[in-house]
Amino acid sequence: MGRFRKNDKSGVPEINTGSMSDIIFMFLFFFMVITTIRESTLYVRITPPGATEVQKLEKKSLVSFIYIGPPIDAQKYGTEPRIQLNDQISGVRDLAQFIEAEREARDEVDRPLMTTSIKADRSVKMGILNDVKQELRKVNALKINYSAAKSKNVYGN
Amino acid sequence: MAKKSPTINGGSMSDISFLLLTFFLLTSSMDTDTGIARKLPPPLPPDAPKPEIHDRNVFKVAINFRDELQVQGKLADVSQLRDMAKDFLANPSNDPKKSEIVMENISLLGPTPVSKGVVSLKNDRGTSYEMYIAVQNELTAAFRELRDELSEEKFGLKFADLKRADQIEAVQDAIPVSISEAEPTNAAINN
Repeated sequence: MGRFRKNDKSGVPEINTGSMSDIIFMFLFFFMVITTIRESTLYVRITPPGATEVQKLEKKSLVSFIYIGPPIDAQKYGTEPRIQLNDQISGVRDLAQFIEAEREARDEVDRPLMTTSIKADRSVKMGILNDVKQELRKVNALKINYSAAKSKNVYGN
Repeated sequence: MAKKSPTINGGSMSDISFLLLTFFLLTSSMDTDTGIARKLPPPLPPDAPKPEIHDRNVFKVAINFRDELQVQGKLADVSQLRDMAKDFLANPSNDPKKSEIVMENISLLGPTPVSKGVVSLKNDRGTSYEMYIAVQNELTAAFRELRDELSEEKFGLKFADLKRADQIEAVQDAIPVSISEAEPTNAAINN
């Protein structure tokens, strides 16, 4: 009685790979959602200093970034630290206009919550940062954040 | 009978999506932005009166262009700064040279000693950002540790772990973060 006879085909059955792409697509969407694409290409070199007491930057949409560091293209911009706003190397004088434009782009209710994140290279001198801070005070952008990487020990030097 | 449509080979689909996946992995950055949050003082009108702060309540920190640190008139190392700041602000030994302590009634905490101390931070135009952040970090840590101590004593939790808004506010009132930065001048350290 061959009722429970085995299939004639022997060997490993083929695995259906049709759903594999769905899984990978799911991965893809997951990564697309949780990651952020760099908004602006950097023209200045930035190695953030380390600190232990760092806080996460909340509400990315309300943050405007100021990059300060030595230009990558030293041929064109020299080696002295420069300020980058949006997509171009700028001076301290352009800051007021930059902050104003950033404010205009946000809803009125969100404006008091706006933060300015200063991303500066660790080698930058405080002179340029003082100028930036004074300029920010003038336009009443008082919430700032000194960008620093989380590290265990700050006396690494 | 209907004609049997040919099946499309879907095996390469996963390859394509893998390619897309790796592309996104490479172009996007996962790192969350972190930093030390600070609030700048509002711009002062030029004829504004100077705030009256008693000299004993000011914890003077200065960094010169050689990244040397001076605390209360003496050269110091960054690693000492945290404890010095905490000692100055909390003033457990009631030293007349350190900050004044005033008992204040704070809701939830009752009469609490509140330090009148203010940290005054001065830096030179030539001070490096790295050193500045290291000092800011230590000062932040000093305030954070003071808050943690109070919070653990009263509520049994670290300050960052407090959930109730009134508890957070009470600790903030008891230990305000008072770091004042001087109007930029050239800080000089006389050895």
